[in-house]
Amino acid sequence: MGDKRFMKGNEAIAEAAVRGGCRFFAGYPITPQNEIPEYLSWRLPEVGGAFVQGESEVASINMVYGAAAMGTRALTSSSGPGISLKAEGISYLAAAALPAVIVNISRGGPGLGSIQPAQSDYLQATKALGHGGFHAMVLAPNSAQEAADLVYDAWEYAERDRNPVLVLMDGCLGNIMEEVELPPMKELHDEDLPEWSLTRRNGRDWQGNITPIYTELILEGLNAMAGEMYKAWEEDDVKVEEFMLDDAEYVVVAYGIASRVSKEAILKLREEGVKIGMIRPITLFPFPKKSIRNLDFTKVKGIFDIEMTVPAQMREDIELQVMDRCPIYEYGRSGGCLLDDDGVYDAIAEIVKGEDA
Amino acid sequence: MAEYKRSQLLADSPSGYCPGCLHGLATKLIAEVIDELGQADNSLNVISVGCSALNILYWGGDFLSVAHGRAPAAATGIKRVNPERLVFAYQGDGDLAAIGLAEIMSAANRGENFTVIFANNQTYGMTGGQMAPTTLIGQKTTTTVYGRDPATTGYPLKMCELISTLEAPRFVARYALNSPKGVSDARKGIKKAFQMQLDGKGFTFIELLTNCPTNWKMTPLQTFDYMNSNTIPYFKPGVYKDTEANG
Amino acid sequence: MIKINAKYCKSCGYCIRFCPKKILEMGTERNRRGHFYPVVTDPDKCISCGICASMCPDAAIELPAKEGA
Repeated sequence: MGDKRFMKGNEAIAEAAVRGGCRFFAGYPITPQNEIPEYLSWRLPEVGGAFVQGESEVASINMVYGAAAMGTRALTSSSGPGISLKAEGISYLAAAALPAVIVNISRGGPGLGSIQPAQSDYLQATKALGHGGFHAMVLAPNSAQEAADLVYDAWEYAERDRNPVLVLMDGCLGNIMEEVELPPMKELHDEDLPEWSLTRRNGRDWQGNITPIYTELILEGLNAMAGEMYKAWEEDDVKVEEFMLDDAEYVVVAYGIASRVSKEAILKLREEGVKIGMIRPITLFPFPKKSIRNLDFTKVKGIFDIEMTVPAQMREDIELQVMDRCPIYEYGRSGGCLLDDDGVYDAIAEIVKGEDA
Repeated sequence: MAEYKRSQLLADSPSGYCPGCLHGLATKLIAEVIDELGQADNSLNVISVGCSALNILYWGGDFLSVAHGRAPAAATGIKRVNPERLVFAYQGDGDLAAIGLAEIMSAANRGENFTVIFANNQTYGMTGGQMAPTTLIGQKTTTTVYGRDPATTGYPLKMCELISTLEAPRFVARYALNSPKGVSDARKGIKKAFQMQLDGKGFTFIELLTNCPTNWKMTPLQTFDYMNSNTIPYFKPGVYKDTEANG
Repeated sequence: MIKINAKYCKSCGYCIRFCPKKILEMGTERNRRGHFYPVVTDPDKCISCGICASMCPDAAIELPAKEGA
C-alpha cells in the first residue's frame, strides 16, 4: 500500500526531500515557500538531519555549500527575491562542482514584486541563475505529486553531475492541497558518501579539497566540460509531456501551473472541435527542443505560449525551435494575478476562431 | 628544547605570501597547533577570499574554499552535518568585518561549535590596499589617499569587543603576531580554542593582528614598529571572553 | 643548533631581529627565488631557544632534535 497524504505542494516537496535522502536544510523566511522550512525544522531532526534558519538567503546557500561539500544531501528553498540573493552561492556550487537542490516557489516580480504566485523567474532559472555562464538542471512540476517525485530524485541528478539542480514551481502549486502518494525512504550509508566529499566518514585518507577558484587553463577545461554536460542533458534528461498532439493544428506550450490551467481550456476547445494539443516542458533546462522542432508544421497553424507572467519569458526558446514556420501567440497574467481557464480559452479562441471565420 | 619541524600541513613549497607577511606566520601557527593536538587528518580549513585564499596552494590538509565573507555560513553547514571534524575558518578583515559581518555575527550568536581565526591587517591586501573596515584613522590606503577620515568612513571595527558582547561565544581573544611573546600567546590561544571546540564547548574566536608590508609600503621590520605604535594601541591584545576562566 | 631551509626564506629579517644571542645575519647568497637568506655567525652560541623558528612566517627554520637526547 502506498503512503498517501493530503498535503500542500510545499509540504510534499519537504517530505519527498527527506525521503530522497536530504539531511540538511538552510533557508530564510519568504512567502510563498514558508511551509518548506517550517516542515523541515521538525522533520529533519527526526531522521538525524540538521535544520538551520539562516540569517539571510546569502548565508543559507553558503550553509548548503558547506554541507554539500561533506557529501550530505542538502536543500534550500526560497522565492524570487531570495533566489537572487542565492545567485552568488549557486554559482559557487556550480564552480566547486557541488551537488545541491534549490527550490524556487516563485512569485510576482521584478524586485520585491508581490507575494502572490507568478511564473516570473523562467529567464533567471534557465539563462542566468548566477554569474559566470553556467546552467543548473531546472525541474518544473505541475502538481504536488510531480513535485514530490521530481524532488525525490533531484539529488540523483545533482550527484551524478556534481552540479546544483533547481526546482521551479510557482506559489499557487506550492500552496494548493492535493493527494500525494509519497515514495519510500531511501536508505543512505556512510560508505556511499561520494569519494570526493570532505567528510572522513567515507573512509578517505588522502587530502581532500574543494574550491571554486582555478588557474586559467584548468578553468577553461572545466568550462568546456560543463558545456559537454549540458549537451548530454539534452540527449538524456529531457522530460516533457505531450498532450493531444497527434492531429493538432494549434499547440499550447506551457509549464507548471499554466499547463494545468491550459489543459482545461484545451479540453473545452476540443469539445468544440478545435484540434489543439499541448507540449508541457517538465525540464525547463534542458528545454524540450525536439518536441517543438519536430512538430508537423504542414498541419500546425499556431503556437500559444501560455505563462503566468507578462511578457512571456519562454517565448525565445520556443521561437528558436519554430523558426518562423508558424505564428507564435502569447497570453498570460502577471503580478500575482492568476491565470484562469476562461482567460486562456478566450485568448486562444479569439485567434483560432478568428482565423477560421 | 624539543625538536621543531615544519608542519606536514604546509606544502613543500614557499607560500604565496609576500616577504614578511604575517598571514604566513598565522597559517604556520595554526598548522603547528593542529599537529600538537593530533588533529591533522581531522582538521578542515575553511578558506575565505582575499590574500587568505593563497592558502589554497599552501595548506596541505583538507580544505573547502568558499565565497567572500561566507566562511562562517559554510562552516555552519559543515559542522552541523560533521560535528566530529575540527573546523576552522580563516578570514581577513575585509572578508570578516565588511562583506561577511552578518555571517560572523550570526554564527557567533548561534554558538556554532567551530573556531574563526581572524587575520586583521587593516587593509584589502589582495586587491591592492584599499580601505578595510579595520583601517586605522588617518591611515592612507588607495581609497583613502589623504588618510581614513571618520567623518565619511566611520571608525575601525573592533571585532573581539563586538563578539564578546554576545551570549553564546565561549572564547574570544586578540593577539599581535609582531613579537615572540605575542606569537607564543597566540599559539596558546589557538590551542585553547581548538581544544574547546573538540570538547564541544561552542564558538571560539581568535583575532590575530597581522601586517601588510606591500600595501603599507614598509619593509617587514618597519611594519613591526608601526604595529607597536599604531595598531596595538587601538586593537588591544587580550582575552575578551573566556567562559572557562573560572572553571 | 637551528637548521635554515633556504628555499622557503623570503628575507624578511624577523629571525635576525629577535635572536636573543644576535648570532644571525643576512647572508650574501640568494636562494632560487632570489631572496637572501640568513646565516648563523657563531653556531656555538646558539641556545636552541627556537625564537627565530617561531617568528619565521615561512616555516623555514627547524630545530632538529639534539643528538643523543
